Amino acid sequence: MEFAELIKTPRVDNVVLHRPFYPAVEGTLCLTGHHLILSSRQDNTEELWLLHSNIDAIDKRFVGSLGTIIIKCKDFRIIQLDIPGMEECLNIASSIEALSTLDSITLMYPFFYRPMFEVIEDGWHSFLPEQEFELYSSATSEWRLSYVNKDFAVCASYPPIVTVPKSIDDEALRKVATFRHGGRFPVLSYYHKKNGMVIMRSGQPLTGTNGRRCKEDEKLINATLRAGKRGYIIDTRSLNVAQQARAKGGGFEQEAHYPQWRRIHKSIERYHILQESLIKLVEACNDQTHNMDRWLSKLEASNWLTHIKEILTAACLAAQCIDREGASILIHGTEGTDSTLQVTSLAQIILEPRSRTIRGFEALIEREWLQAGHPFQQRCAQSAYCNTKQKWEAPVFLLFLDCVWQILRQFPCSFEFNENFLIMLFEHAYASQFGTFLGNNESERCKLKLQQKTMSLWSWVNQPGELSQFTNPLFEANNLVIWPSVAPQSLPLWEGIFLRWNRSSKYLDEAYEEMVNIIEYNKELQAKVNILRRQLAELETEDGMQESP
Amino acid sequence: MEHIRTPKVENVRLVDRVSPKKAALGTLYLTATHVIFVENSPDTRKETWILHSQISTIEKQATTATGCPLLIRCKNFQIIQLIIPQERDYHDVYISLIRLARPVKYEELYCFSFNPMLDKEEREQGWVLVDLSEEYQRMGLPNHYWQLSDVNRDYRVCDSYPTELYVPKSATAHIIVGSSKFRSRRRFPVLSYYYKDNHASICRSSQPLSGFSARCLEDEQMLQAIRKANPGSDFVYVVDTRPKLNAMANRAAGKGYENEDNYSNIKFQFIGIENIHVMRNSLQKMLEVCELKSPSMSDFLWGLENSGWLRHIKAIMDAGIFIAKAVSEEGASVLVHCSDGWDRTAQVCSVASLLLDPHYRTLKGFMVLIEKDWISFGHKFNHRYGNLDGDPKEISPVIDQFIECVWQLMEQFPCAFEFNERFLIHIQHHIYSCQFGNFLCNSQKERRELKIQERTYSLWAHLWKNRADYLNPLFRADHSQTQGTLHLPTAPCNFMYKFWSGMYNRFEKGMQPRQSVTDYLMAVKEETQQLEEELEALEERLEKIQKVQLNCTKVKSKQSEPSKHSGFSISDNSIANTPQDYSGNMKSLPSRSPSQGDEDSALILTQDNLKSSDPDLSANSDQESGVEDLSCRSPSGGEHAPSEDSGKDRDSDEAVFLTA
Repeated sequence: MEFAELIKTPRVDNVVLHRPFYPAVEGTLCLTGHHLILSSRQDNTEELWLLHSNIDAIDKRFVGSLGTIIIKCKDFRIIQLDIPGMEECLNIASSIEALSTLDSITLMYPFFYRPMFEVIEDGWHSFLPEQEFELYSSATSEWRLSYVNKDFAVCASYPPIVTVPKSIDDEALRKVATFRHGGRFPVLSYYHKKNGMVIMRSGQPLTGTNGRRCKEDEKLINATLRAGKRGYIIDTRSLNVAQQARAKGGGFEQEAHYPQWRRIHKSIERYHILQESLIKLVEACNDQTHNMDRWLSKLEASNWLTHIKEILTAACLAAQCIDREGASILIHGTEGTDSTLQVTSLAQIILEPRSRTIRGFEALIEREWLQAGHPFQQRCAQSAYCNTKQKWEAPVFLLFLDCVWQILRQFPCSFEFNENFLIMLFEHAYASQFGTFLGNNESERCKLKLQQKTMSLWSWVNQPGELSQFTNPLFEANNLVIWPSVAPQSLPLWEGIFLRWNRSSKYLDEAYEEMVNIIEYNKELQAKVNILRRQLAELETEDGMQESP
Repeated sequence: MEHIRTPKVENVRLVDRVSPKKAALGTLYLTATHVIFVENSPDTRKETWILHSQISTIEKQATTATGCPLLIRCKNFQIIQLIIPQERDYHDVYISLIRLARPVKYEELYCFSFNPMLDKEEREQGWVLVDLSEEYQRMGLPNHYWQLSDVNRDYRVCDSYPTELYVPKSATAHIIVGSSKFRSRRRFPVLSYYYKDNHASICRSSQPLSGFSARCLEDEQMLQAIRKANPGSDFVYVVDTRPKLNAMANRAAGKGYENEDNYSNIKFQFIGIENIHVMRNSLQKMLEVCELKSPSMSDFLWGLENSGWLRHIKAIMDAGIFIAKAVSEEGASVLVHCSDGWDRTAQVCSVASLLLDPHYRTLKGFMVLIEKDWISFGHKFNHRYGNLDGDPKEISPVIDQFIECVWQLMEQFPCAFEFNERFLIHIQHHIYSCQFGNFLCNSQKERRELKIQERTYSLWAHLWKNRADYLNPLFRADHSQTQGTLHLPTAPCNFMYKFWSGMYNRFEKGMQPRQSVTDYLMAVKEETQQLEEELEALEERLEKIQKVQLNCTKVKSKQSEPSKHSGFSISDNSIANTPQDYSGNMKSLPSRSPSQGDEDSALILTQDNLKSSDPDLSANSDQESGVEDLSCRSPSGGEHAPSEDSGKDRDSDEAVFLTA
């Protein structure tokens, strides 16, 4: 086992741990292949178990022979370890650095994790494309499942099974794939049962500078239009960026070749701009010294909320096209793996009541993020504290979760899950014992044999005992489309995630508990009353029977 | 009325603030107390009522082809834009409103004509609901250290103070009068709050007339007496809530602050809260941000920062926290003053009291707190809120800031307050509405002279009567959060203070969360209560039947009544929400008129609610999208709209807020 080589000092005594909201604890620090553990050996103090993969960056300091390691986690928590002995401290620090940046995915914890719970439902099979397809195949016969990508040859980032218009055969799909970025030909993302309109997504068309066209591509997307109807193409880049993309072989749909489609450019930022934004925001949240005005200006300068507003606005526009204009849409940016997915998935949250339930939301993540090939491995490799910035790191998924939280805040009774559910998903996307978010697409996951070798997050989450902590007590099924406000006044900072370690949530937690109590008590009474009513009814009929003969 | 040049104008357009192209056509009426706009649309006949006293500014805008636009900004943050077709009507309305919005005599104010159909006895009872002598008793006064002084009988010493004042027992009339001569407007140190647990107190006064070197033996003795009234501490904090620079500048005018060398055993402290002029400008700037049409996130955050509003809120909170800590943790008494001791001093004393004493966090206690620290101690309501036409430089959102501080605390301690956000919003509304007599005039003396209690009604009684609408469902008297002092973190948590869109954008309903957790929980609690009753009745009946059956007697039991209770369906009365303009400047969605407004949105209410003055209510009844209105399950059971005034008067937005 290679881990032993990386751990020079597996154990240090008399280490003092400082972390938010807990008194300092002295205890023994142990390093294992995947965890950093601090145990005080006292019953009443909580131990620290930290996944190495959750560590984003570390700093070390020395005062005399007392070393201090500051550990900055991907979930934004900062903890401090005071370690006596310079050598021990240096050893620990270098081990942590090595263990938290393992190159090989197969060395990650999910490959070693053995669940302590009994698996009732295997999450790897909870959301199969065939089952998802059945949900709307009763309403329409215009779509079919295609297995054209079953060996990932047509599109490396697509799953083996995709939904396409029935009238388009696999041969045509292969041709279209050559005309779309990364082979990502237009596929069905969402079918709006109310009016039969659809959201499709794809990569950018490879028109290049000489305006290349692809008849099959035009035919494919036109096949989704009703006679005489127009559709909208939402390009998540600005017109300028889209035009520049032509020089690199990319481009956008030209009006002349797509006369039935109207193009809308809704610019959403990408990559390092988002990563920088996150870094600045977390820095502002951690800065305890500045005054009120500096706080607001730093919040503003981070641009995080600007991105939230942009993404939500694009999603609302997409939903509006579908529900209000009665028009189908195609969404893409460049690759179609980031902003595209933010928009398609948020539009579904707005339009589709099912996606606001726990299972529906899980299915949405499975379909629109995991299967759709959002490169989690790349995007979530590092978080807000990392110094070595890689171009492909970006909090795309976190922005999506933040947007969902914004809608949840505006419609607190319309979601079956609560804020904790979103926070949990954020944590697992960045560091997890489960295999769900490993790899960049289905093809990689297949090669890694994740289904056989790791446990699915959904297997754990969907146990009744676990679900209760993620269930929103206020939930009342709401079958309507919900239109969020995107005014700046309506989009506050998500404190539950960004100020989580900077302010005590004691009073807010108490309020949540009180809310649960109020509702639980009501349900309890309801049940009691129902039982009594039934009893009474029975007695009264007995009464009647006794009387009647 | 003489000031109304034209009582009725037809074919006026009420512009939808959200999508300006959508304007409602209707008739505008000017009455002695209200501006009323009634939509022509026969199926809604929606009415918008604006009280003259709520009007803050009236602005004539550039005439367009459709007519002459008039922009009315209200003190409760409502903004109304009317387009009047004829230039002459336009001018008449403008001139009339200018006059109507600025009454010169108290008798012109609405409270003198407002009649909620209560008899004399009910009115009198309303005025004794909040009783300050009872409140001082509750604090444990008078006692060994503090006594009620009659020195200000007939307002002989200080005309802006009440007649009933508590002072240290050792402070003789001589000391009081001497001290009063050494204080601005003779506002000598008196008790504001007494902390039973450790005898520490919060006292208030105006600045001393110390200039560069003046002293006053009696004033020094007065502070000494305050110290002695607290055996637990050997010093008194003197908190000057002004920025040091302002206080020093006052010395040149013969005023200033206490010199630590002259007063024995005081600890002097500046807490820089800015003056009323800075605050007025700050609010102005913030409201400009709120008014922006489709601002970007940067516009908004930058504007909010630039207004300095939250910085000021934090300064007031910091002062309150400092005092609460001094009293509860150090056991030291505190004397608070600013310049005149009626603005910043009132803010800070009441914030500190609220932190210290759970009683002030109850519905009744909060009314008492405002009555005590604001009304009785001569906060100049008339000047600050411009009830009568006066010097615009006197106007300042002093109590608005206090109300916001309470909201900020409610956000931090969701279970600690018996009342909800709506309570605060309605109090703010009525401070400006002049519908009730409570907030009239600048002092108790003026109010007595005007015989306010005999001629007007009390807001407190009105709020108390409708208290079911103002309850916080998360409040529980035995909850740990409701006990004792509220402890805020000591670290400078700037992010604790947030923009209050529920207040400053409250007429932009689309910006607010579309489902109210408060209303939902209140409905659940109400149902729980019904269930408890039903459970009891069922158990009783069951027992009876079982007994009867045991006795083998056949008694025909009454058919069980079909229960009216049908679980929790929230199907009717739905507020639908419609998409706003998400397409920005794109001309791509021709079938909808794209609006500039970022805010949404047509909220659909039922007929009943359309009568209210809410600018967001649109007649577009699209029931298929949107969200069930949870507020319809308000504790009142949806039977009555707790409108602010017996149906006759629809000036306020309340009817919408409480959606029947």
